[in-house]
Amino acid sequence: MAKPANGRVDVRKTYKLFIGGEFVRSESGRAYRFDGSVNVPRGSRKDLRDAVRSARGAVSGWAGRTAMNRGQILYRAAEMLDGRRAQFVELLGSSRAANKEVDDAVEALVWYAGWTDKLAQVIGGTNPVSGPYFNFTIPEPTGVVGIVAPESPALAGLVRRMAPALCGGNAVVVLAPEKDPLPALTLAEVLATSDLPAGVANVLSGFRHELLPWLAAHMDVNAIDVAGCTPDEVTDVEKAAADNVKRVVKHPAGELSPYLITAFMEMKTVWHPVGV
Amino acid sequence: MAIAKRHPADLARQTFDYAPALESTDHVKIERRYGLFIGGKMVTPHSKKRFPTINPATEQTLAEVVEADEADVDRAVKAADYAFESWSRMAASRRARYLFRISRILQERARELAVVETMDGGKPIKESRDVDIPLAAAHFFYYAGWADKLEWAFPNRKPRPLGVAGQVIPWNFPLLMLAWKIAPALAAGNTVVLKPAETTPLSALLFADICMQAELPPGVVNIVTGGGKTGSLVVTHPDVNKVAFTGSTEVGKLIQRSLAGTGKRLTLELGGKAANIVFDDAPLDQAVEGIVNGIYFNQGHVCCAGSRLLVQESIAEPLLEKLKVRLGTLRLGDPLDKNTDIGAINSKAQLEKIQGLVQSGVEEGAELFQPECKLPERGYWFPPTLFTNVSQSYRIAREEIFGPVLSVLTFRTPAEAVEKANNTPYGLSAGVWTDKGSRILWMAERMRAGVVWANTFNRFDPTSPFGGYKESGFGREGGRHGLLPYLDLV
Repeated sequence: MAKPANGRVDVRKTYKLFIGGEFVRSESGRAYRFDGSVNVPRGSRKDLRDAVRSARGAVSGWAGRTAMNRGQILYRAAEMLDGRRAQFVELLGSSRAANKEVDDAVEALVWYAGWTDKLAQVIGGTNPVSGPYFNFTIPEPTGVVGIVAPESPALAGLVRRMAPALCGGNAVVVLAPEKDPLPALTLAEVLATSDLPAGVANVLSGFRHELLPWLAAHMDVNAIDVAGCTPDEVTDVEKAAADNVKRVVKHPAGELSPYLITAFMEMKTVWHPVGV
Repeated sequence: MAIAKRHPADLARQTFDYAPALESTDHVKIERRYGLFIGGKMVTPHSKKRFPTINPATEQTLAEVVEADEADVDRAVKAADYAFESWSRMAASRRARYLFRISRILQERARELAVVETMDGGKPIKESRDVDIPLAAAHFFYYAGWADKLEWAFPNRKPRPLGVAGQVIPWNFPLLMLAWKIAPALAAGNTVVLKPAETTPLSALLFADICMQAELPPGVVNIVTGGGKTGSLVVTHPDVNKVAFTGSTEVGKLIQRSLAGTGKRLTLELGGKAANIVFDDAPLDQAVEGIVNGIYFNQGHVCCAGSRLLVQESIAEPLLEKLKVRLGTLRLGDPLDKNTDIGAINSKAQLEKIQGLVQSGVEEGAELFQPECKLPERGYWFPPTLFTNVSQSYRIAREEIFGPVLSVLTFRTPAEAVEKANNTPYGLSAGVWTDKGSRILWMAERMRAGVVWANTFNRFDPTSPFGGYKESGFGREGGRHGLLPYLDLV
């Protein structure tokens, strides 16, 4: 943290969880200090369940927005993030790499903002079935997506996983990097000012071992991105995921790809007879 | 003129009996015992265990097949692994030609395959003849064309095959499910070890013969027979890179759990409890046909069957009246009879499962309707059944019955229909019947299901992706999307 100048006593920020569009302390009242200085909320199993419930409530509204509107909101998030560039660069260590990382995060938001209204054209289509039927396939969001953010890069890594899930119309519950949670928690402030409907994105900090098993086993979570998991954690997640046939998303880190958007989506095919 | 003199009431009462129209079986040769198809030929198994596969309509043993053991499965996987080297590197246009050949041979031997399918599985010959076999041939033809066009399927990516695919298929559409599994896998350059269902192995073993006839390179397709244990050996074999399973949600979850941490790619096509929704403006006679096709097609042994009928309250009475009359005209009996609508239940175990769930429906308070229906003395049979007065909490409204049993519920508003339709852990298919176009699209948007049939039901096509939301599984079969589970996009 920067030293206050001129003996000024600065007004510090209380870091909070972001659940259902609100900044809240952990219901458990617990906090941890990942680097010995700032108190960070240590989210509980109950916080996780609250976040999943908010996300579930937000899915249909978000998925029901027009694709263009979702694109505009993701783009707005890019604007907000870019506007707070200095703050994020400082959080990330004020190095050249920090600048690059903020650039990467902004770029990911802009890139996926542009995909919202093109995806169905590239990934979906009409199917020439052998019979008098009109038949088409469209991608739809899978629903509630759990995202285990990579420990590093703490900002860009998360944005690169969250943006594609949001792009497709899902609501997300994010587990922030345990040892570097501040960029993720600050990103929640960006999301909160981007016209993203409440509950569409939820961010939890805390201990991975306290949160991950419950996220992986939650019966109302449709998919989980294990980007930040160790191989052992991936195995445990995959076992727990079977309880409700959760989709476990394992994509290479750092990749920007429409195939990552569709990893969080279902293909729906509709048939209708053709006749007079 | 004699008819014209009859009293109109007599005319209304007269019934027409169908003369038997049995499909002949003399052109079909079923071996007494079968081995396993490994490395391009039928081989003598390591396993000494055999079990009979029976005709569920007569309870007669058709043949004896092997319960493949660990050594057999290992041998099959090794053959597939060895074949992968050359098959995946072969010019894609050559791969395509083998698939085209297979498709053509399926067409040429259609009658033989249809009869075997009906004898081994109990489904009406008109269904195996007009649905299963033509669709299986079409599936190979469709994916044959993809084999040398994969670069066009996934923009900006280089598609690469995965290796050996271990595939386990169900007994409801044996050859068609085989086609859904093998055609895209081979087109993408993989090799396969396929295990057909315990009760319906014969069409897969006939397919082995077709592979030989097509001179498919040895080891590209391997077929091992057996039950759940053999299936488990196939999917957990360390040299299997990709697992594709179609079957119950219960077994699908076991497989998903057993593959945790292995890095194997997985697709699951599991159970369903589809809602078939009829609005008050739907053409009732068409809807009745759609409902019947939705749940009584293939004795209801269909994962995407329309097993929950949701009727708008205002038309429930007339619709049910028509439906009950229609049920009375369904012909149940010898599956080899070309007039048969409802064949035999696939196995004794399945019959007992259906009986148990129907019993639970009665006990929980639903009202049972079954038309007068004489069941043959031998074999496994269940009459077309309809339950009214069903609550959403009843087992017959929640659990997949996989039999000719329909649960009828009612609704008042479109929103209520959506709510009830989606009130299930499954999400495979859904149906909607209405004359209003905008409502069709509104409903289709809201139904959490991979396939939505509007003013139709149970239609399938190789170009049309099929697969579930939620606990009905993940991945798609059919269409361009059906290639993706068998490719690595580099």
